[in-house]
Amino acid sequence: MATHLTSDVSADGIATLTWNCPGKTPNVFNDASLAEFFAAIHDSLGNPAVKGIIIASAKADFIVGADLTMLLAAKHQTRAQFFDGVLRLQKAFRQLETGGKPVVAAINGTAVGGGFELAMSCHARVVADDPALRVGLPECSLGLLPGAGGTQRMPRLIGAREAIGLITQGKTISAKKALELGLITEIVSKDQLLARANQLVRTIEAVQPWDKKGFRVPGGEVHSPAGAETFTGANAMMTRETWGNYLAPRLATYAIYHGLQLPIEAGCLVETRGFVELVFNPLSQNMVRTLYFSMNDAKRLKNRPKGVPTAEYRKIGVLGAGLMGHGIAHAAATSGIDVTLLDIDLPAAARGKERIGAILTDAVKKGRMTEANARAALDRVTPTASFDDLKDAELIVEAVFETRELKYDMTKKTEAVISPSVIFGSNTSTLPISGLAEASRRPDQFIGLHFFSPVEKMPLVEVILGAKTSEETLAKSLDFVKAIGKTPIVVRDGRAFFTSRVFGTYLVEGIAMLAEGVHPALIDNAGRLAGMPMGSLTVADMVNLDLSHKIRLQTKADLGDKYRAHPADDVVDLMVSHGRLGQKAKAGFFDYADDGTKRLWPDLTTHYPPVADQPSLAMVKRRLLHIQAIETLRCLEEGVLTRPQDADVGSILGWGFCPFYGGVASYIDYVGPKQLEAECDDLADKHGERYRPSALLRQLARDGATLYPS
Amino acid sequence: MADAFILDAVRTPRGRGKPDGSLHEVAPVELAATSLRALRTRNHLKTTAVEDVAIGCVDAIKDEAGIGRWSVLAAGFDERVPAVVLNRYCGSGLEAVNLIGAKIMAGQIDLGVGGGVEHMSRNPMGASGFAPATDPLLAADFHFVPQGISADLIATRYGFSRRQLDGYAAESQRRAKGAWDAGYFAKSVVPVVDRNGLTILDRDEHLRPESTADSLGKLEPAFAKVAKLAGFDRVILQRYPEIEQLQFFHHAGNSSGIVDGSAMVLLGSRTGAEQAGLKPRARIRSFSAAAEDPTIMLTAPAEACRIALKRAGIGVADVDLWEINEAFAAVPLFFMMDLGLAPDIVNVNGGAIAMGHPLGATGAIILGTLLDELERRNQAVGVATLCVAGGMAVATVIERV
Repeated sequence: MATHLTSDVSADGIATLTWNCPGKTPNVFNDASLAEFFAAIHDSLGNPAVKGIIIASAKADFIVGADLTMLLAAKHQTRAQFFDGVLRLQKAFRQLETGGKPVVAAINGTAVGGGFELAMSCHARVVADDPALRVGLPECSLGLLPGAGGTQRMPRLIGAREAIGLITQGKTISAKKALELGLITEIVSKDQLLARANQLVRTIEAVQPWDKKGFRVPGGEVHSPAGAETFTGANAMMTRETWGNYLAPRLATYAIYHGLQLPIEAGCLVETRGFVELVFNPLSQNMVRTLYFSMNDAKRLKNRPKGVPTAEYRKIGVLGAGLMGHGIAHAAATSGIDVTLLDIDLPAAARGKERIGAILTDAVKKGRMTEANARAALDRVTPTASFDDLKDAELIVEAVFETRELKYDMTKKTEAVISPSVIFGSNTSTLPISGLAEASRRPDQFIGLHFFSPVEKMPLVEVILGAKTSEETLAKSLDFVKAIGKTPIVVRDGRAFFTSRVFGTYLVEGIAMLAEGVHPALIDNAGRLAGMPMGSLTVADMVNLDLSHKIRLQTKADLGDKYRAHPADDVVDLMVSHGRLGQKAKAGFFDYADDGTKRLWPDLTTHYPPVADQPSLAMVKRRLLHIQAIETLRCLEEGVLTRPQDADVGSILGWGFCPFYGGVASYIDYVGPKQLEAECDDLADKHGERYRPSALLRQLARDGATLYPS
Repeated sequence: MADAFILDAVRTPRGRGKPDGSLHEVAPVELAATSLRALRTRNHLKTTAVEDVAIGCVDAIKDEAGIGRWSVLAAGFDERVPAVVLNRYCGSGLEAVNLIGAKIMAGQIDLGVGGGVEHMSRNPMGASGFAPATDPLLAADFHFVPQGISADLIATRYGFSRRQLDGYAAESQRRAKGAWDAGYFAKSVVPVVDRNGLTILDRDEHLRPESTADSLGKLEPAFAKVAKLAGFDRVILQRYPEIEQLQFFHHAGNSSGIVDGSAMVLLGSRTGAEQAGLKPRARIRSFSAAAEDPTIMLTAPAEACRIALKRAGIGVADVDLWEINEAFAAVPLFFMMDLGLAPDIVNVNGGAIAMGHPLGATGAIILGTLLDELERRNQAVGVATLCVAGGMAVATVIERV
């Protein structure tokens, strides 16, 4: 009895196979749905009464690809078993397109991954006119490749150059763009979709272009001057964009390159071998876990405290209209929430609103927003200098300068007017929340909401629990984060919390290496080659060295005797004393030219002459990543972090830590606690106690355990 | 082990490797046959005595596919003379000489020909495919960059200035012009003629003797745009992470020219020479092949020479003259720096920057040029070497007898 698929044959022999996976889930490929689909193909092709086939969906989406849980479970099979399973799918799709009966995909909604690969195995693709509908092959963005013929059929439809771009970047596109490229046959209005599919299936040829004699790949064969240029360029660009760290786009391009020189069946074999390799690669498994599952869990607030009704927000107050404040106000306003934007005087608050206007104008210019929506968003922002205007706010986000006194003052003045139930969120990146909460009459309603700059681009909010923050406050704060389209992680209080604390170690470790005589170009390039979005020295310049300097002085004052000097301290002191304050001053570790280029400060190697015996690239990379791993383990040990998922999501969204490892916690497991312990002990002996493994790492190493259950 | 002697060496002039080049109309087989025919006729060879012919050709496709056997027959050799085509990229011509030399030394033949041909105007570089550039796994795993960018990487890494590179190129032009004017190439260059006996080309046509370091200094770097467009400047960081910024210094004027040409070397054992009635001109002392990092690609000749000299039992100071193929100006500059050589004994009659580099033929060309000049100067020991794609190199040490 079919449960995933219905099959109806019309009087004149058109079989319509309608995907309708049970429950709320969209249509996906899993063992059960595929078994039914294979049987349906078999029946339709074998039934002489059937003259043509339409593949449709009863869900809002068409088919969204393979069930990723199934792929994660693949490691419990042998590679050979998994290979055979994938090959059955490949063969079924091939049967569909060579069965002698015309097949039309009636694409009513999003068709991605395996869903779009199925569509490309049909002889025509008619797509509903819906601007929200996406088609494409996003597998590479999760460390996988399209394993159901996508790397073979897409380039045969639109040429290698376009296909490599779409597949390796995992880009999905609109129906309009797909039609321009030649990936789909036509677009019709949604209510005409099945009617049009029924017309097409009666008129089209039951042969794919690549099964016709004399077929030529659009844009030139692999071994033509155009082909050589395409692949030589694509290969270099792949290294440029990925710094050589991602296997999936490489194997996808490999399948395209060799597949186009082969009959499609042989090409599908090359693809399948690559797919199996990736599915069994721990890095791909990590990427799927973090970038798909953990990211979605975080967005959907899976770990939100239960039993607290969902809070809805119509109006909030933002204190401070500066860099962070206006960004937070922008995020709320574009999510339909009214914002009272308060600053020291009305002109200052109005300047914040102007900056929001500039972001909105830019979005309209780039076609990401309609003019009307932009205007409506801007109208939701009311600048003010009067605390009285905050009285009907349902949540407060304070985003003033990072000085404790100012923040205390803000808290007191605000709590004097707001209603007693209102949550007070402080956007601080370094100051402990429990301390700030001391100024509050309602510390249980006081919470940290650490946004990242630029707020309109950075999706993460680090939600920080003070000692007295209630579960209810947490739940309602998470509702707010979700309401403005951001992704939260939850951490406990502590100096610099999680993200700034761990990211800071990357920055200062790079600076410390300079003092050791490591060549500055090697330090900065090694960071990028290791998978970080910027080199340590580049980031240090961006953050500005005087800020690092000030934060350290504050930390030193706070910690007193407990402050541990870092070898980077002297370097920062020297830089500041030479007026090398960073990018803002156009002079830091780099000199900044007016055309936007930068070169290393020539005097840098005079102050810190590179030693003759430079460390290997592998060693510099190891130091830059291990130092972050060690600090993350300390955060877990101290309870700042409670779950490795938060470390992974926070590290990728917060500071761009190597997504190909699946984040910093996954990196720890990938290296393996035992090896990490040994290597960090070695680094501690050579470079300082900051590398010394703490109790948690020693215990994991001793137990042969990992952060995630294996 | 038998001695292998060089009995004669000839080459064609080098034609501009473009559709307007003089040799574009010449059949590739005929281009190779021209040098083979000259060896046969001017040495009055009984070709039945020639036991093998090795011909280097990089893009041996279309009319250059299997070109060895057909150029041997076209040159009027006896039908019993076999031939092989081999490919060690830019070192193919010298590799072919070394192979024939090795067969003689091993006592397996007494007379043979090694040389090379490349008809670049018909089959341009890469015409037969180049997997390390196009295959996604090879390109990524071995950090492929085009050779010009490798040359720029050498210049960046070892601090050669644009002025130094252009100065070297201008000097190559000056020396080549001087050598042509003084007739130093007359002994080896044979004209390419048609079936009527009409001359098609009798002189290298790639030279630009008017070049100066100043005039070359005005040319735009050739590889900056492609490097930045495709990201080759970032690919090199995979292997050379200490490079802050790649400098782009090479251009058409300080790189080897693209040309058509062939060159052949007649080799024999003492017995072979005697039976052919020919006087040995030089003895092959040793030869070698070496390989280093494929990304920087062009630095291995120094190592190849060290290996060959060691095998010959002599030192760098024992060598009177050097020929290093001028693939790009940075290559001889690095080579001289690495081995500590004075410029006045390296490429004394110019090189491929001035006269061109017909890939598979160049090794045999520079070996002939080296021998001619050793004779003219009445000196003894010379070394010829070439950098080779993939980070390889070949070298041959000869000594006059």
